[in-house]
Amino acid sequence: MYAPQILIEAALNGLMTGAVYALIALGLTLVYGVLHIINFAHGALLTVAMFAVWGAFALVHVDPYVAMIAIVPLMFGLGYGLQRFVIGPASHGNDNNVLLVTLGLSIVLENGLLALFRSDTRALDSDAALQVIEIGPLLLSTPRVIGLAASLAVTGLLWLLLNRTDTGRAIRAVAREKLGARLVGIEVDHVYAVTFGLGCACLAVAACLLMPTYYVNPRSGAAFVLVAFTIVVLGGMGSIAGALVGGLIIGVVESFSGLLLGDSLGQIGIFLIFILVLLVRPTGLFGARA
Amino acid sequence: MSARDLLPVLLVLVVLAALPFLGLSGSLLNFLVTTLIIALAGLGWNVLGGFGGQYSFGHAAFFGTGAYATAILQMKLGWNAWAALGAGIGLGALTGLAIGYLSFRAGLRGSYFALVTLAFAEVFRILANAADFTGGAAGLLLPLRPGLATLQFTDRRFFVLLVVAVVGLALLASRWLERSRFGAHLIAVRENEEAARALGVDALSVKLRAIALSAAITASAGGLYVQYFLYLDAGVAYGTWISVEALLAPIVGGIGTAFGPLVGALALQGLGELTKHLAGGIPGVDLVVFGACLIAVIAFAPQGLLGLRRRKRKARAVPVGA
Repeated sequence: MYAPQILIEAALNGLMTGAVYALIALGLTLVYGVLHIINFAHGALLTVAMFAVWGAFALVHVDPYVAMIAIVPLMFGLGYGLQRFVIGPASHGNDNNVLLVTLGLSIVLENGLLALFRSDTRALDSDAALQVIEIGPLLLSTPRVIGLAASLAVTGLLWLLLNRTDTGRAIRAVAREKLGARLVGIEVDHVYAVTFGLGCACLAVAACLLMPTYYVNPRSGAAFVLVAFTIVVLGGMGSIAGALVGGLIIGVVESFSGLLLGDSLGQIGIFLIFILVLLVRPTGLFGARA
Repeated sequence: MSARDLLPVLLVLVVLAALPFLGLSGSLLNFLVTTLIIALAGLGWNVLGGFGGQYSFGHAAFFGTGAYATAILQMKLGWNAWAALGAGIGLGALTGLAIGYLSFRAGLRGSYFALVTLAFAEVFRILANAADFTGGAAGLLLPLRPGLATLQFTDRRFFVLLVVAVVGLALLASRWLERSRFGAHLIAVRENEEAARALGVDALSVKLRAIALSAAITASAGGLYVQYFLYLDAGVAYGTWISVEALLAPIVGGIGTAFGPLVGALALQGLGELTKHLAGGIPGVDLVVFGACLIAVIAFAPQGLLGLRRRKRKARAVPVGA
């Protein structure tokens, strides 16, 4: 059997990975809650953000945590524009069309990045990735501890935004009752775009937290996208708390199945959970009725 | 089906069958085979997605099963290639039934169905990449043994004829769907499942039969693929590329029509080759064009390329009738 220290470290590592997963899933669940569609371009947009972080570091030597100040609003703008001018108009309000348009978008973004950067894998060449924090006998990677803290903070901020601001009220109104929201003077298209922008902003934060310890290539986002879907389904589509808890659970599951099954088979645990949840309880752990 | 239904199919098959004998170069023959195999996968997708309205993002699950079964039965059990291809198609249909039974019983549709099919394909990909009998990450290399029993020909033109024949069968199946009672039930379920059920259509059984037929056709594409290229690994068999190609072809060509997948595959693969040629080998540019085509078609021509022709015809007819 495994020594307790290995198990504790695996659990903590899982929680830290899971927190960043949760952040990625947050954007997805937010968009689902309002637009009622799965955004297939989510993974590709994450890759875009990761390349932005890498570019900021490689070209102008900006630390990922500092770059967040610029990349988050940029990604918000990109998401706003995409929803307002591409996804919205192209899909004619049909859900299956949104699914296909976002799929098309992911193909364009992913392969556009492939054409620009080739399939090479790039990582930040920085010492920050190697720093560790010692807690008793445990050694924890500093960037991942920061990732955990920042993910929790962003989730909290988003919750406040949704529940305590006018924008948040408008978003919730559109999610609940589109026509009613329009009747009381809410600009539905604008709210859709803001929501999509917020989803992308979450991705930008996730990218800044991931890059110090991770790497990027044009397919990086794809590796996260089914994980994020799983979390969203597990947590209940559209639920913020669900995304956080779901993310943490999936992080721990991945960490342990990697430990038990090895790297190549480790990911299968996530897909099996995903299929199982969809088949048995599609409303998720936190979802109300479908 | 009447002679009027069969005539266009026959005409298309004759043209396709004549193509390889027009003195095409080797690379053009390869292009033709690839395009027809993708059209075949698309014809399969179209049965479920086009006629049935259930958008699968994981048809790789069927393509890969057809391909692996065809290869493994020949290599490990010494089966005749025809029997192996037939078994691959059968196993593909069974995989379709299994995935369909699980998903449709759980009431999954729309994005949920798309996601669960994608996840199934990924599970298969990971398993095939790790298992021993699939050759693991190294993949499988089918030995080169030309002959009618191994479905390998020194003259590649004969293989084109074989693929054309299978495409012909899939076209006939699609034509049949357009005319038969089963096809009408399937379209009814697509348009409004509740209403169809109220009229006495057994929606679950209709969808199950559709996914089995759809999977069988796509599995035949996988079987032919491995028989021609003689190499297979998990990324080729169960990769997202074929899931995407299988849905792009019908959507671009004309969703829910018999000839849509063929038109779409020819248009897209041709455009892809052209782009690659013009861009001088930059990776991914052809796929950028595919993605942009998908968005453009949905935005401006939801009925696909074939729908454009129909709309034009209708537009011409209107002033006369008005």
